[in-house]
Amino acid sequence: MSSLNAHIPEGPLADKWTHHKAKIPLVSPANKRRLDVIVVGTGLAGSAAAASLAELGYNVKAFCFQDSPRRAHSIAAQGGINAAKNYQNDGDSTFRLFYDTIKGGDYRSREANVHRLAEVSASIIDQCVAQGVPFARDYGGLLDNRSFGGVQVSRTFYAKGQTGQQLLLGAYSALSRQVAKGRVQMFARHEMVELVVVDGKARGIIARDLVSGELERHSAHAVLLCTGGYGNVFYLSTNAMGSNVTAAWKAHRKGAYMANPCFTQIHPTCIPVSGHFQSKLTLMSESLRNDGRIWVPKKKEDAEAIRSGKKKPTDLNEEDRDYYLERRYPAFGNLVPRDVASRAAKERCDAGFGINKTGEAVYLDFASAIERYGKEDAHVQGIHHPTPEKIRALGEAIVESKYGNLFQMYEKITAQNPYKTPMMIYPAVHYTMGGIWVDYNLMTTVPGLFALGEANFSDHGANRLGASALMQGLADGYFVAPYTVGTYLADDIQTGKISTDSPEFAEAEKTARDRMEGFLNSNGNTPVEVFHRELGKIMWDQCGMARSETGLKKAITDIRALRERFYKEVKVPGKMHEMNPELDKAGRVADFMELGELMCLDALSREESCGGHFREEHQSEEGEAVRRDDDFAYVAAWEFADHDPGKAKLHKEDLVFENVKLITRSYK
Amino acid sequence: MKFTLNVWRQNGPQDKGRMETYQVDQVSDDMSFLEMIDVLNEQLIHQNIDPVVFDHDCREGICGMCSMFINGEAHGPGRGVTTCQLHMREFSDGDTITIEPFRAKAFPIIKDLMVDRSAFDRIIQAGGFVSVNTSGNLPDANATRIEKSHADAAFDAATCIGCGACVATCKNASAMLFTSAKVSQFALLPQGQVEASERVLHMVNQMDLEGFGNCTNTGACEVECPKGISIENIARMNREYLSASLTTK
Repeated sequence: MSSLNAHIPEGPLADKWTHHKAKIPLVSPANKRRLDVIVVGTGLAGSAAAASLAELGYNVKAFCFQDSPRRAHSIAAQGGINAAKNYQNDGDSTFRLFYDTIKGGDYRSREANVHRLAEVSASIIDQCVAQGVPFARDYGGLLDNRSFGGVQVSRTFYAKGQTGQQLLLGAYSALSRQVAKGRVQMFARHEMVELVVVDGKARGIIARDLVSGELERHSAHAVLLCTGGYGNVFYLSTNAMGSNVTAAWKAHRKGAYMANPCFTQIHPTCIPVSGHFQSKLTLMSESLRNDGRIWVPKKKEDAEAIRSGKKKPTDLNEEDRDYYLERRYPAFGNLVPRDVASRAAKERCDAGFGINKTGEAVYLDFASAIERYGKEDAHVQGIHHPTPEKIRALGEAIVESKYGNLFQMYEKITAQNPYKTPMMIYPAVHYTMGGIWVDYNLMTTVPGLFALGEANFSDHGANRLGASALMQGLADGYFVAPYTVGTYLADDIQTGKISTDSPEFAEAEKTARDRMEGFLNSNGNTPVEVFHRELGKIMWDQCGMARSETGLKKAITDIRALRERFYKEVKVPGKMHEMNPELDKAGRVADFMELGELMCLDALSREESCGGHFREEHQSEEGEAVRRDDDFAYVAAWEFADHDPGKAKLHKEDLVFENVKLITRSYK
Repeated sequence: MKFTLNVWRQNGPQDKGRMETYQVDQVSDDMSFLEMIDVLNEQLIHQNIDPVVFDHDCREGICGMCSMFINGEAHGPGRGVTTCQLHMREFSDGDTITIEPFRAKAFPIIKDLMVDRSAFDRIIQAGGFVSVNTSGNLPDANATRIEKSHADAAFDAATCIGCGACVATCKNASAMLFTSAKVSQFALLPQGQVEASERVLHMVNQMDLEGFGNCTNTGACEVECPKGISIENIARMNREYLSASLTTK
């Protein structure tokens, strides 16, 4: 095991980034025109990076598998984006945002990166407002803020429940402006299927044109992976159908280390699974926990009666309900961080108190909030002795103004009215904190290959706080990569155009072609989707909210067996040189099956509980997570070895905490 | 539930295309429409028939990638929903459902139900942005106050997901609702004022070049828009266009 150098600049934490920027080599405008950069993925990180690098003068090629860069899954983020603006005068600061993020991540992220994130957060808001992003405003015309889980200030900027959409469309407009100028060449409906490494440096990619099916060679002086997370390894997640790990995995196979791959965020408030053919899960924003109370019946017989349809939730009196978060965590109540809330829901359902057909759901109830708001509003309007009906009506109107679009979305999916009956929710896979290992400059272990946004591992440790994913994507894309990529490229001004006629490009193209032909020539009879579903079940059961040595070992055996069956039994219809979504899917699922094994391996080797990673062997008597800082305060970075994901080699980056004290997170 | 599906199959842009009829069973009422198509496709793969190609991604009504003309309506029956948010409980057991691609000259068919909507990207490239580079030295976000009603109206216009239902629904295949939503967002905000005239002229010009039709104020686009974008935006764009035409040299 070797240790990794994260290239963290010297000096006090708060000065590192400023000093680093002041000292790094620059590239002159004339030279920038001679340098090519490839950006894969056009979510917040990718669009922002592509636009910013093109503005600086580099030649950018951007790729996305969707039909337009505007579709990337950043668009689906609901709640908001954090920034240490302290507009509310509630004691926020760069240091506090840094501290909350480190603590929320259960002390498994890198101090220097997180501090830089907090430092640039304010500029992100300025940038977005200048682009015309319509954030929510108050009646004085100033920007409005709200609060999210795990923090005690209001620093979240938002645009109703569509913040991700508005930020992505802002970045997309900046990207479109550069496309119009010819500074960015946009390749939509293209998927990266191989990384090309020449003389140890990332020098290009093989992309498949998903419409014609042709393989294309694209060269560059640097390659940026902005390809998002890999939550779809679980089959069911809140990710988009197309979200995948393929680009990141190809990079891993070519030398990029994967860091903390087992760190997965399971979001507590999603709409529960309803049936076998369900293709995805839908999130209900964390903001709902500001006003919703989470409960299950106190008595098992009530839970059974509800499951069998003999009772309704509204039939149960207050004393028959168990508001288990308020009971277990009186200080934070329903607003404990995501990992804690998810585990508590699982604990109750495993104990037999789940309340839907599958037994895997709990209630999120707005009745108290509706009554509280109703009474307040009656008071404001000067209505004396309002009837209960009047109070309800007034309260429902207030709740609608706050969460209307979410309630409507819930009703569309479930055909139940959440104003009248509590929502049913259950945790679901939402985000992956783990990802490609990067140093302070966001460069991977392959020189010239960078990873930005959710695709890298760097900022969220073992648990991400709400509204921090949008912040990180845009920080990396707008304010970090434009500097650090330039630093790397400063050595390349003499290199000249990278030829695609090299043996390395030919080899990479052949690997991609052989692999696809392998799928098409398989004589099996089982559609890809079936294998993906099976993989998802293994991962969810053994590498989900609770993990154990026996379970993880079993999962590894099961995944290896599944992989073997996949190559023998899969059936992929159609041809190579045509539009063929089943072929695209086969490649993605094959990579998920390798990643799944690595995730289990990582979870097995991390013998502690931290953030979203809960090892059953490491819990207190009360069932709380037990972290082991002496042995595990490191980043686990895995190197692909011996052509086998299960033989990955572990490298450790020790995490040094000089500015925060490691304490046990307590929300009691 | 069981359904008879009449589905448009077309091998590529040059293919003439035809309707094919399939039966699906094992559909449950809480499935989304796209999950029903997933069931159909698994079945077709087993029968050695090429699965139906269609666009989809987020499956929660925000990415704008799913399309489909279902029983003569963009995104099918129901208001304020995209196809991925349409559930089979909206249909009756045994129904026959006709599924076609979005049809417009400016949206050529790629395969089956998938169309090319890159014309929308080119309209945005023509001016749907504020010309401001990435910079850490911009004015503070609160330096300019914006009246809440204007900010809210700009947000409402900005919620367009670019799905193209407006074009598919319009008898003239006009892209006025899409284009005007972006023009309005910026027209309502101080940040958009500087380039307002050029923006509207360029975007409208591009819209015409792409082959979209003219607006004859039928209002069908507003009815079918899954995000409820108002045709007030079209009126606003017309005003912006007229004033820009009169004042631009």
